[in-house]
Amino acid sequence: MILAAATLGQRELVRFFRQKNRVIGALAPPLIFWLLLGMGFSGSFRHEGSLSYLQYFFPGTVVMVVLFAAIFSTISIIEDRKEGFLQSVLVSPAPRASIALGKIWGGSAIAFLHAVFFLLLSPWIGAHLTPAGALYGAAILAGISFGLTALGFLIAWRMDSTQGFHSVMNLFLMPLWFLSGAVFPVATAPAWLKGLMMANPLTYGVEALRSALFPPAAPSAASPVLCLSIILAFAAVMFILSVFVCARQEAP
Amino acid sequence: MGVAVPPAVKIRNLSFRYRKSSEDALKQVTLEVERGEIFGLLGPNGGGKTTLFKILSTAYPCRPAEAEILGLDLAAAPGEVRRKIGFVFQSPSLDKKLTVSENLRHHGRLYGLSGRVLEKKIGDILEKVSLSPRSNELVEILSGGLARRVEIAKGLLHSPEVLLMDEPTTGLDPGARMDFWRHIEDIRSSGVTILVTTHLMEEAEKCGRLAILNEGRVVALGSPASLKGEIEGEVVTVEAKNAEAFAREVRGRGDVLSVNVSGRTLEDVFVKKTGHTFWGNGK
Repeated sequence: MILAAATLGQRELVRFFRQKNRVIGALAPPLIFWLLLGMGFSGSFRHEGSLSYLQYFFPGTVVMVVLFAAIFSTISIIEDRKEGFLQSVLVSPAPRASIALGKIWGGSAIAFLHAVFFLLLSPWIGAHLTPAGALYGAAILAGISFGLTALGFLIAWRMDSTQGFHSVMNLFLMPLWFLSGAVFPVATAPAWLKGLMMANPLTYGVEALRSALFPPAAPSAASPVLCLSIILAFAAVMFILSVFVCARQEAP
Repeated sequence: MGVAVPPAVKIRNLSFRYRKSSEDALKQVTLEVERGEIFGLLGPNGGGKTTLFKILSTAYPCRPAEAEILGLDLAAAPGEVRRKIGFVFQSPSLDKKLTVSENLRHHGRLYGLSGRVLEKKIGDILEKVSLSPRSNELVEILSGGLARRVEIAKGLLHSPEVLLMDEPTTGLDPGARMDFWRHIEDIRSSGVTILVTTHLMEEAEKCGRLAILNEGRVVALGSPASLKGEIEGEVVTVEAKNAEAFAREVRGRGDVLSVNVSGRTLEDVFVKKTGHTFWGNGK
């Protein structure tokens, strides 16, 4: 079980390091969004704490980096299926849970690395990362990476074309990100949006990252324990659903 | 009295329908493959070969008691069956971004092999298919024939008792194909049962027994020789301006030195049993 999951995850990492352009693909667009939106809105944005918009938008951008990296790595399931690699994995005796786990841990490790790379910018934008904050932020980030990669796995598993994945991404994954407090605060949103945002597990991830990065200026609305629990629960639920779709054998 | 050894593959009244189809792709297929034989599945495109192969590989589901491999019911114990069978798929199944030995290593670990045991097996199998010098090359730079050999090495790595191969020589030149069949004979002689689908008559000739699948049914079953024996008579091919008159004359003449008479070929059997030529009979 563990051996199969380990080897499939390792394959993800090896493939990733052999295709360096994937790093650019997952890092460059969020960086550009962050700079352009961050500077464009900086004049008109007022935060209840004392964050500038570039600062406010930063944790959301980190989550976007994770989201993009998770999408990139799970979209490869569709290629694996087309290129035939997946069929030989599926007829191997490896437990279905370890097949899902292998793909997801490999993909989330890559997503996590992307986020850490992006976070190297944080000293330049006035973040105050304490050791405790760094630990908390890392745990949250690991949870988000795992949860979003598992969500991508769930979507990609049944798909037979990458075009299909793109439409789901635009229709579902981007709104999920927009409504996470990444771009605008929950507090000042209209009531119906606020409801959606409070129900979105990513909101607690973004909130947690923000309070970890800017502790004095962005006091967290939700307690760290609550945020961490929600993110871990999100990751667990997405993983269980992934195992479930992976184990279902159906006649084509 | 000892307990009877179950056959390598036992299929009883197996039917299968694709969800979007109104007709069964396999209709009450029944056949048995003995241990240690090379069994060929022959048939026209769309005859049901690949569907049957997918079911035996556990990729498609089947109902209890329809199919057994080594006495294990495919519907009840797919996990145990998977451990004991190996595959060579019609389409490539290698990761092109990985090297030959990396592909084999991942495959071995999926079958629970690791460490020194795995490395030894990889070394041995690469030796066997004469690929040792290429072990650290990326699969994407290998030629079609070499990549096919890696596929075979992959199918054999975990020492399966039954090897299933779906048109394994697709894309191989005649030389490579001959080489391939030499390997297959080697593998069989080490006790592995081999089930292979093909539509090439010369390959079918090399099988111990054959089943011809047409429109989802087994329409013929037996050794190549016995199948050819089912069609009576021999063939004389003559080109003449007036063939009938020529034939009458030949029968009466005493000075004919030789008339070329050829035996029935598997191709004749195939066409007779399936009624198929490539263009004809497309209902």
